[in-house]
Amino acid sequence: MQKVEVKGLYKIFGSSPKQIIPLLEGGMDKTRILKRHKHSVGVNNASFQVEEGEIFVVMGLSGSGKSTLIRCLNRLIEPSAGSVLIEGQDITKMSSARLRELRRKKLAMVFQNFALLPHKTVLENVAFGLEIQKENPEKRKQKALEMLEIVGLKGYDEAKPKELSGGMQQRVGLARALATEADILLMDEAFSALDPLIRKDMQNELLLLQQKMRKTIIFITHDLDEALKIGDRIAIMKDGKIVQIGTAEEILQDPADDYVREFTQDVNRAKIITASTIMRDADSIVLERSGVRTAARKMKDLGISSIFVTNKSGMLLGIVSIDDITEQIRKGKEDIESIIDKNIQTIDPDSPIDEIIPLFLHSAYPVAVTDSEKRLQGIIFKATVLAGIVGEEGED
Amino acid sequence: MFFDKLPIGFYVEKAIDWMTDNFAGFFTGIKNGLEWMIEGGSDLLISIPPLVLIVLIAFLAWWVAGNGTGIFSLIGLLLILNLGLWGNTMKTLALVISATLIALIIGLPLGILMAKSNNANKIIRPILDFMQTMPAFVYLIPAVYFFDLGTVPGAVATIIFAMPPIVRLTSLGIRQVPADVVEAARSFGATPSQLLFKVQVPLAVPTIMAGLNQTIMLSLSMVVISAMIGADGLGKTVYEGITQMNIGKGFEGGLAVVIMAMLLDRITQRLGTAQKNSGKAFVNNFFNKRSENRTV
Repeated sequence: MQKVEVKGLYKIFGSSPKQIIPLLEGGMDKTRILKRHKHSVGVNNASFQVEEGEIFVVMGLSGSGKSTLIRCLNRLIEPSAGSVLIEGQDITKMSSARLRELRRKKLAMVFQNFALLPHKTVLENVAFGLEIQKENPEKRKQKALEMLEIVGLKGYDEAKPKELSGGMQQRVGLARALATEADILLMDEAFSALDPLIRKDMQNELLLLQQKMRKTIIFITHDLDEALKIGDRIAIMKDGKIVQIGTAEEILQDPADDYVREFTQDVNRAKIITASTIMRDADSIVLERSGVRTAARKMKDLGISSIFVTNKSGMLLGIVSIDDITEQIRKGKEDIESIIDKNIQTIDPDSPIDEIIPLFLHSAYPVAVTDSEKRLQGIIFKATVLAGIVGEEGED
Repeated sequence: MFFDKLPIGFYVEKAIDWMTDNFAGFFTGIKNGLEWMIEGGSDLLISIPPLVLIVLIAFLAWWVAGNGTGIFSLIGLLLILNLGLWGNTMKTLALVISATLIALIIGLPLGILMAKSNNANKIIRPILDFMQTMPAFVYLIPAVYFFDLGTVPGAVATIIFAMPPIVRLTSLGIRQVPADVVEAARSFGATPSQLLFKVQVPLAVPTIMAGLNQTIMLSLSMVVISAMIGADGLGKTVYEGITQMNIGKGFEGGLAVVIMAMLLDRITQRLGTAQKNSGKAFVNNFFNKRSENRTV
């Protein structure tokens, strides 16, 4: 069962939203509906599923409906149509008492501007969810102290939120959400109000926490870099519609439409595209089965000036160049082993491009992609790297 | 003119007559209750030796609002005592406190209702405008109809005139609570009453306190007017001064009203917010420093 499943969700603001849905289904766009029918479309037929333990990022510019969407997931905003299943239960049909119970136990939310209570101490803020649940004060305090330690704010329990920096305040917000032990976190632009360095810290910390806690996180952001960094999967929203859902690489490699493509152009692709996506199948010769002549013929057939050499089990030994081979043939020698150049650069398939670029400084040869057991996986040429960065797919 | 004059005044008179006839018991109940409250209050205040009470009030002023207000209270109240206006001042104080309490008891829930419901807001707002801007003399007359002459109609007129700020500012304070804080409380599963009492009201306290301050000031400003229908206190002194063309007496009474007004204003203004130079802060610092010294 999916942890969260959203099916055909609509949110239309106005006096009679139900009448607008058929128009949207008929393909009328948001601006015309606003002009002609005086209704504002928040979410337009959104459907997606979130797996347990996944970080699902919803990305879009302001006005794309992402904040409305996340508020429909705990009914801070009432959806106009569609269903939201949390662990199989449709929350759109719940009574307000059952909904409260669900909000207390299952869903916790982190807000863009922290939304802390200024009249309470940090400790009381963290314990707020438990206070609402009428948990006894001793237990509340203990749990809140534990959470403060997890988010790195030990010793700040008696401070007031105002006395803390933005980053620290959001840690309090995060601790408050974690304290209820809800397994679904809704994070609405949680890091957007922080300055870039602090934001990066918080992203890293969230990823670290996530490794330990395995929450199901739905994260809203307008920042594609942030989405690509923390999202297991990303949904891109535009005008209330979800235009694409996929992993970071799927979205960068294969944007669903011009809108997404435009977005992804600004991304520093060097950080996202990995060696395995731009490498090509490597031609190689097997040492035990080849002599100088087979090597020379193969290079001539392929039109290349050097070729990798592996052993029988595929382990990379080095590279031989056409010049050394012809020299060897001229000398009348047969063996390849003595002319293998072992001074080649290798890289892991998961390394991003920006780690590959420096390797070309030290070597005239292409870079070999090898797995953890040194088996040859593929080959990367200098030109492919550049193509990867500018967004071509290197299928020349 | 195409129309005859509309008989609004006529029907208001009819309505007042009808109410005096049919709700006599109700009005008597209110009258007795208010009388008991105000007279009990002033008897209690007068029964305390003036010097003791002066020291107590001055200490309270220092505690919440600091040195300046403390010293001002001490000198001001001694001056009132010296002028021979102590008894009337205490009667006025009892009237103001009673009127403010009742305004609070009615005004707070109304303010909350106005904040929560747009319909209530639409209905209550014009009524508040009416209460605040209708010249006070106009409802002094029906007040006398219902409650006879004396302190009670004065108190009722005072309550009507002084209640709007507490209602308005309670409503404003609650509406001004940041939307995301309200969302946060709801997202953690707060019930409507948890939301109100754990989040909205506490965050609205400074604004509500400003309303309380305004309510107290307005009720003091009604003191002289309500003296015209027989309410006891400093208003009576001023009113006598006016009617007897006794400028000196009128001024002394007026001065006592001003002193009370400033004192109550300074004290209530500081209630909602923590003050750096208040006596409370002074005492806290004093003991903190001593305990620090001890640990060193």
